[in-house]
Amino acid sequence: MDGSAILARLRERLGDRLLATHEYRGDHTAVVSREGLVAALTLCRDDAALAFDMLVDVTAVDYLRFPGREDGPRFEVVYHLYSVGNNHRVRLKVPVEQDDPVVPTACGLWPIANWLEREVWDMFGIRFDGHPDLRRLLMYEEFEGHPLRKDYPINRRQPLIGPKV
Amino acid sequence: MADARELFLGEGSGGGEGSKHLHVNIGPAHPAMHGIVRIFAELDGETVVKTDVEIGYLHRAFEKDCEAGPYNNAIPYTDRLNYVSPLINNFGYSSVVEKLLGIEITERCKYIRVIMSEISRICDHLTCVGAGSMELGAFTVFLYMIKAREFLWELVEEVTGARLTISYGRVGGVKADLPPAFGDQMRAAFKQVREVLEEVHRLLTGNRIFMDRMVGVGALSRDETIAYAITGPLLRAVGVPYDVRRAQPYDAYDRLDWQVVTQIAGDNYARYLVRMAEMEQSMRIAEQALDHMPGGPINVDHEGRPLDPAAYVDQGKQGKTEGLLLMPITLSPNLQGQDRGAHDRINAHDKRVVLPSKADTYGSIEGLMNHFMLVMDGYGIRPPAGEAYFAVEGANGELGFYVVSDGSDRPYRVHCRPPCLPPVAALPKMIEGEMVADIIPTFGSVNMIGGELDR
Repeated sequence: MDGSAILARLRERLGDRLLATHEYRGDHTAVVSREGLVAALTLCRDDAALAFDMLVDVTAVDYLRFPGREDGPRFEVVYHLYSVGNNHRVRLKVPVEQDDPVVPTACGLWPIANWLEREVWDMFGIRFDGHPDLRRLLMYEEFEGHPLRKDYPINRRQPLIGPKV
Repeated sequence: MADARELFLGEGSGGGEGSKHLHVNIGPAHPAMHGIVRIFAELDGETVVKTDVEIGYLHRAFEKDCEAGPYNNAIPYTDRLNYVSPLINNFGYSSVVEKLLGIEITERCKYIRVIMSEISRICDHLTCVGAGSMELGAFTVFLYMIKAREFLWELVEEVTGARLTISYGRVGGVKADLPPAFGDQMRAAFKQVREVLEEVHRLLTGNRIFMDRMVGVGALSRDETIAYAITGPLLRAVGVPYDVRRAQPYDAYDRLDWQVVTQIAGDNYARYLVRMAEMEQSMRIAEQALDHMPGGPINVDHEGRPLDPAAYVDQGKQGKTEGLLLMPITLSPNLQGQDRGAHDRINAHDKRVVLPSKADTYGSIEGLMNHFMLVMDGYGIRPPAGEAYFAVEGANGELGFYVVSDGSDRPYRVHCRPPCLPPVAALPKMIEGEMVADIIPTFGSVNMIGGELDR
């Protein structure tokens, strides 16, 4: 299936839960609402024509300082899906507001979502509703803040933890 | 009242009532943890009941640092992702920025990237198999494989000027052309590598001790592997012929004849066999790429015959200068002499992206201005606002980069999809229910690389 057919299929099945679609440099992207995320991911995985059996990646982008997007939703959680059988890709994005940074989890669909979502929580402070074990993945528990947010200064230092020598 | 056994072995010892599970920390500073991973294991006797894998000890804020500088500044950071095959990371990152810019690299550059990627892949597999075997007691194999890797690293050094922190990729091309004698050196090195692989096959592949430790250990099913998004040798070891080089070809891989190696069993032994066979395929790819590489020699005399710069210098020293002044000459392309001839055939012809050759920068005002426009703060490479994901086949599987541009000279967001994170996330699945000693070969076959795992 080529990318525009994938997007057409998603549009047909998801209706108004699909907020927008676009194609840029050969990558096809569907923006879905937070309420429709689990439905969209389930559709992508289980629909026979789509058959996205691999959740390649989950990450997020903080659009706080992005020119022209200062007023929109601050975050976007980005899912990259790949179908081993059909050899096609798609990208799903979910806009998330700063005041309510919560997204439903995909752990029930793919076990790898567990770690990928932990990393997004760690780096961006976006919580995943229903996640069984939402701990930090890369930083340590005592770390304050979420370092990949745009308002976290790159030169901020935090005290080292561990036994005092 | 404690019986004698409990007195010697501690409370809760033995298999009877009151026996307890033992909690053991493996790592982070354990030699078999290949750097820095902590496995917190709950043991029942020698059986692993439950584990928690903790990563992040090598986190260096790769993604945050990439956002802080211009596009090409991220190249040295990508060296430090998978530090056993840094060239592939370089090219993966360069490719995604090229995709954002919508530019095409030159044909010769595509072949150079293929050759250097495959050499890196062999280095990575050699390290993985060698270190994994050493942990099972096969120290000879480790020494043989590190010897073979040394021949390849000498090649890498010849091309890039460094062994590990190579920073050879550039957005729009590579740093420098291949040195003139590279083809012969590569074939000589591959001959040595093939001998080593043959020896290792004889030492390991049918070895009783090795097979006892590897066959049926650490296995994952096909469905589990896909659900965990595991790619690379671990996925091919369960019989799925997914390889980014074949499924979504980039550079020149679709023009070369090679085979995607698969196995069925999905255990550590299958992963070992896949890696061993892939090294041979990588050598095939590199040899073909070298044969098909476009662009002849740069240094030719006035009749078009290839000219050795060293011989040219020697003749000059001996005073035999008749006719020499008429011959254009290019010195070692991997050092300062990145002259126009070599520069043009390995870099995309796009002045908004690629630094001009040193001959132009120092020789003409246009070249100097072009150079400044690319290195001054606030100028540089400026892809239009947008986002792109590009995957290459790293040594451990799909190495993806996701870059968001806001139209400025710095990437707004760089995300790396490390190929060894999914297998490490699936590690509990592989080792739970098996023996403590099985953790070591399984962890070795996962080929955890701290740099890309923790970023």
